[in-house]
Amino acid sequence: MTAPTVPVTDAPAPRATREGWRDLSWRRVKIVARSDMRQLIEDKGFWMPMVFLGAIFFLIIPTVLLLTITKIGNVEVVSQMSKTLEVLPAQAQAQIEGQSPEGKTAYALAVFLLAPIAIVVPLTISTAIGASTIVGERERGTGEFLAHSPAHEKEIYLGKLIASLVPGYATTLAGFGVYSLIVNLLVGPEVGGWFFPTGSWWILMLWVVPPFLALTLSIVLRLSARVKSTAAAQQAAGLVTLPMIAIAYSQSTGALFGASSAGFVIGIIAWVLAVFGLSRGMRAVSRSRLLGVNDGV
Amino acid sequence: MTATSSPDAPAAGTPDPVVSLVGVRRRFGQVDALAGLDLEVPANRITVLLGPNGAGKTTAIRMITGALDPHAGQVRTFGLDPSVHGEEVRRRCGVVSAKPALYDRLDGHANLAYSAELYGLGRGDKIDQRIRAAAARFGIEHALDKRVGGFSTGMKTRLALARSILHEPDLLLFDEPTSGLDPESSHAVLDMIREMTDDGRTVVMCTHLLLEAEGLADKVIVMEDGDDLVSGTPTDLTRRFWPGTVVLVGSEAPIDHDVLKAIPGIRQIEPVAEPEQVRLHLDGDHRTPDVITALVANGLRLTRVEPISPTLEDLYFAVRTKRVAGEIAEDGGRRLADGDGVDDGDDLSSVTDRTRQVAALTGWPGSEGPR
Repeated sequence: MTAPTVPVTDAPAPRATREGWRDLSWRRVKIVARSDMRQLIEDKGFWMPMVFLGAIFFLIIPTVLLLTITKIGNVEVVSQMSKTLEVLPAQAQAQIEGQSPEGKTAYALAVFLLAPIAIVVPLTISTAIGASTIVGERERGTGEFLAHSPAHEKEIYLGKLIASLVPGYATTLAGFGVYSLIVNLLVGPEVGGWFFPTGSWWILMLWVVPPFLALTLSIVLRLSARVKSTAAAQQAAGLVTLPMIAIAYSQSTGALFGASSAGFVIGIIAWVLAVFGLSRGMRAVSRSRLLGVNDGV
Repeated sequence: MTATSSPDAPAAGTPDPVVSLVGVRRRFGQVDALAGLDLEVPANRITVLLGPNGAGKTTAIRMITGALDPHAGQVRTFGLDPSVHGEEVRRRCGVVSAKPALYDRLDGHANLAYSAELYGLGRGDKIDQRIRAAAARFGIEHALDKRVGGFSTGMKTRLALARSILHEPDLLLFDEPTSGLDPESSHAVLDMIREMTDDGRTVVMCTHLLLEAEGLADKVIVMEDGDDLVSGTPTDLTRRFWPGTVVLVGSEAPIDHDVLKAIPGIRQIEPVAEPEQVRLHLDGDHRTPDVITALVANGLRLTRVEPISPTLEDLYFAVRTKRVAGEIAEDGGRRLADGDGVDDGDDLSSVTDRTRQVAALTGWPGSEGPR
């Protein structure tokens, strides 16, 4: 027989009401995220460097620096550090506590000058994960499984976002705990007791770092969905991450130096940008991209 | 394009097809992956999409589940438009792709558990039992706690098959499921696929390996360049594309072909390797007794009379030959079915042989030569 003929046009078929927010299942988002994180845990080659990175920034560098200042009492180092403190804003200088030059120097170092560790670690880890998360599905062929599954594209995107964000942020929070302990143990006696984290650091860690992380990942996941290979994704993500680290570092330092309201304001702006970036990035994950077909987009 | 097969016409009381594609077009960049594909998949049957690489088989599968949207035409799976009701459609489909699409860093159980959760089965002891039962069905339960990265290709395929049935789908879609498997494993996998229809499931299988489809397909859809050439049951295709009756005749002594030419009802004489044997193309089954009687009357002491049924491979090349000759697109293959005399058989045999010779050079399946 001749099959019934349906008029055809060259225009894409209408997509009707598919995969709207109302249909989104957070349960499936969690499933995708959990599976991705489980794969990371199973991959020693990934998490061992991650642990080393956290240890270097949160444990080794602060310990060496603070020990040198507070316990060894290296006069030359303290002198040089004290000069450095003079360039801090007056508002920041007024907050410095401590009786001795060593104490003041150690306090300033711990509270004001080691902010990069809070930014470099999560951005580096999360970017490394995010860059390969979508293109990796395509390269391994598992994108086919996801494309044929009932999971919505938004659920897959959000699941992968969470799976990229959580390891970096969790490592940072854990490292932050270790860092706080070291600072209190080494600097606390110099300033009259345990004092860390300060209010500014709490704001930095809980309010400023997460949106910067989300904003960076929104760009990285878009790249991961568009490029042809994991290697290309890593290269492109590196280009994005470096300026993001610079921006995030400067803003976080500003948040620490300024009044606590500065941190709130920076955080709000970062959250707005992050939400915008994520909503745009969500469109980057499509079934055709998971399958790796050339849709001319 | 025009669909070609009369067997596709729904008879009164026939259940609706599980899948229906009408005039579906899909373009990737400058390439037409599907160029007006029409196909129907009947319920509780194995439908085989047959065609060379690049014929559009995988894209057709992706259209059926809504993994890809058509640029034109209509797709209906379970009567639903997958572009709109994608989740509902995909929940009722189980897919095994050419690459097993498994997570190498996870163990077998975790791979199946991930699928179970995504398809809404949840977690817990009952699901674990279900996972073990599915794995046991495909003989892979012993490896569930091992990382998939260490699996052989055969084990991965078995695990992918187990995953595809875990959520008890109504429609199973297998895209070259034996790709990369050794013959023994391929055979086992095909047996498993056959068993699945025993449960009342509908199966669509893509392959470019004709022998795979042999004996498995309830319906065959031959595809090329994103289009369907013909479709129907193997019996239908035989009736429409195979020239009458072919009988292998053996004798105690070499057979004199001049004797055969004088016997009415023999359209073509096809020599085989042994001079004591010959393939006779007859006008129809009704000629067989007369021809045998005439052979005996001419003094031949027959040792063998064997009706030859065409293999799917024979049919496939017959269809492609007619496509090359431009006969299918115009009339949907009906002219061949009408049978217009001796020429059909001669043409088919000789052109089919040429196709096989081309196949031998290009690496096409079935290129070992005429049987």
